[in-house]
Amino acid sequence: MTETTTAYRSTMRTERDGFGQLLHSEWTKFRTVRGWVIATVVAALVTVLFGLLTAAGSHTSCSNGPVEIACPAIPVGPDGEAVKDSFYFVHQPLAGDGSITVRVTSLTGGVAARDGGVVRKLDATTPTSGEIQPWAKAGLIIKENTTAGSAYAAIMVTGGHGVRMQDNYTGDAAGPAGAVSAASPRWLRLTRTGNTLTGYSSIDGAAWTAVGTAHLAGLSTTVQAGMFATSPIQETFTQQLGGGSATGGPTLATARFDTLGLQGHWPEKAWTGDAVGAEPGRAASGELRQSGATYAVTGTGDIAPDVAGSGATIEQTLAGVFATLAMMVVLGVLFITTEYRRGMIRTSLTARPRRGQILAAKAMVIGAVTFVTGLIANAVTFPLTAHFLRANGNFIYPTTWLTALRVIAGTAALLAVAAVLALAVGTIVRRSAGAVAAVIVLIVLPYIVSTAGVLPAGPSQWLLRLTPAAGFAIQQSLIEYPQVSHAYVPAFGFYPLAPWSGFAVLCAYAAVALGVAHYLLQRRDT
Amino acid sequence: MMLALHAEWTKLRTVAGPAWLLLAAIASTVALSAAAAAAPTCPLDRCLVDAPRLSLTGVQLGQVVIAVLAVLVVGGEYSTGMIRTTLTALPRRVTVLAAKATTVSGLTLAAGSVAVLGSLLAGRLILPGNGLTRSRGYAPLTLTDGPTLRAAAGSVLYLVLIGLLSLGVATAVRDSATAIGVVLGLLYLFPILAQVVTDPIWQRHLQQIAPMTAGLAIQTTTDIASLPISPWAGLGVLAAWAAGALLAGGLLLRLRDT
Repeated sequence: MTETTTAYRSTMRTERDGFGQLLHSEWTKFRTVRGWVIATVVAALVTVLFGLLTAAGSHTSCSNGPVEIACPAIPVGPDGEAVKDSFYFVHQPLAGDGSITVRVTSLTGGVAARDGGVVRKLDATTPTSGEIQPWAKAGLIIKENTTAGSAYAAIMVTGGHGVRMQDNYTGDAAGPAGAVSAASPRWLRLTRTGNTLTGYSSIDGAAWTAVGTAHLAGLSTTVQAGMFATSPIQETFTQQLGGGSATGGPTLATARFDTLGLQGHWPEKAWTGDAVGAEPGRAASGELRQSGATYAVTGTGDIAPDVAGSGATIEQTLAGVFATLAMMVVLGVLFITTEYRRGMIRTSLTARPRRGQILAAKAMVIGAVTFVTGLIANAVTFPLTAHFLRANGNFIYPTTWLTALRVIAGTAALLAVAAVLALAVGTIVRRSAGAVAAVIVLIVLPYIVSTAGVLPAGPSQWLLRLTPAAGFAIQQSLIEYPQVSHAYVPAFGFYPLAPWSGFAVLCAYAAVALGVAHYLLQRRDT
Repeated sequence: MMLALHAEWTKLRTVAGPAWLLLAAIASTVALSAAAAAAPTCPLDRCLVDAPRLSLTGVQLGQVVIAVLAVLVVGGEYSTGMIRTTLTALPRRVTVLAAKATTVSGLTLAAGSVAVLGSLLAGRLILPGNGLTRSRGYAPLTLTDGPTLRAAAGSVLYLVLIGLLSLGVATAVRDSATAIGVVLGLLYLFPILAQVVTDPIWQRHLQQIAPMTAGLAIQTTTDIASLPISPWAGLGVLAAWAAGALLAGGLLLRLRDT
């Protein structure tokens, strides 16, 4: 009689061997270290705390003589964006459809001379120096009313950018180039047909070319139409070691108009001169001088989007993110270096010999934890800080909800990618202190030296293109407009790369680091 | 104490890490300084560049390496368990910390001096070719010039104080990664907050208590009146931070088991 023996079989239940299992085990490793969980919660709280600190330390008030008053409201355009809308407007009502034609024979002006450092009044008698501003504007405008921020379309000559057709602050179409002078005057025409306004230009008053068309939704039947002149603040931006500063002063533009022709129903048949958007309490800025059929209009200000400098940006509410970043980088590094220090890595690699999967699972866990933490922290901090900033009299640049979402979620994604980069660098060097220092320095130091005005603008922009700090571009909520002269430099919140391209640079760093970490993990013993 | 010092010196001397870190501190300081000196261009006839400060820009990078070195002097012992041996051999905790502080200071003093002198030499060689010539009012950098000497010596002291601050933090938190995170957070967060806050009084106060901003005031040689804090007082602020960190580390070292 022979006994049959069966081979030994473990009575343990066979576990699934999938990637999900691995993710679960990495999540368990993170979840069960109490210090790490506490650090994650603290990291989120720190964002909120520093946001509130930012709001508490930012008061804005304006003074009217010795009395502190609330600052005048910054006008908001028809599309909800902050705008600059101040100019000298020679206008009369236009009822229904119609058109206005004029010849511009000169556009002159420059920086208004200061009388003991103060510009007392800005009109045709104010002496000016220097050249006309490239974006000094004068021409014809049809506007909903004389309130700053109302809808408009305008055809104009400019100091250095030829004829332009602009509408509702952000719209801009280029017409024939060249400066205007008595020898080469420009004819301008603006017609209204329903809600459609079309601007034309001509060099002889006979052959006309259309420059642009604007559709102003909801335009009233009776609008204000006429001639205008304005000239933006001159800004000289200097950035030297130790800080960037913009200095400037008001400028003036004077345009001469003649051969005025009106079509349609103009009920008042008389021109009124108004300084639109002039600050209350200030002397009138700009004036009209009429002699016969010639009108000389002098104005100062700008009709354009307000690109920066009048208030806080939404990304400034998330200043505490740097502390969170430092903490999440530490966690990202520790997530792998702790395994090396405790020898846990041998267990991990024995249990799962396919090492690339371990790295992937770790990256996903630390990335997801950081993203969720950042998202919650930012979603709480943003409205809270914005509320207190406004309560302290600060203006916050309005943005679309899509931009706000990009800033909030993008900042969380930035933290997550930074944590993954930290994990990869930690895997490469297997030493925690060096890895933490390297990652924080790579991300934060270029940001500080570029935006705090340590470096000049040129090198700053290169740093924010080439280093992982380029990722902060995802936070930019301000918009650059080619038709507005401004120092679009990092010190004022403008990044050289578009938001997602900048973020892609950071992602590329993380991807390359993960690649190197994967290679080394395969090649090294443990 | 001599015994403790000798032990610390042996521990540092016999592993390759500290030596490489010291070399890296010198190299990164001089490299960034040279790059910064090569960067400025003067668009106008009149430059507003603070030449000694510009040539010492690299200290901002070198301090990170010094911080890593100082953190590892303590953190490394905790990660390997060496700290138990150290404290068994030398049960007087304050002596151990004092010995570590002395060693770190000595090494940083030496490396910092080389790094600062190298940076100034780089500035002296590069700046004239970049428009900062004698005819524009920029004499070649020299240590015989009072403010330049103050900036140079102050930068070395700054690095020493950063080393001591890091040592204190590392002793308090007992983990290298956390310690370096805390130190860098402390250094970098204040300047960022000062940038975001709009209230000038808050801004000034933030800059006055920030270890990095206040400490680096020592490098300024022009327009000192516009600084938020005077050069030596600024270095004093950093010294207070370092003293506070060392005190906290020392107390915790005494109170805790290891």
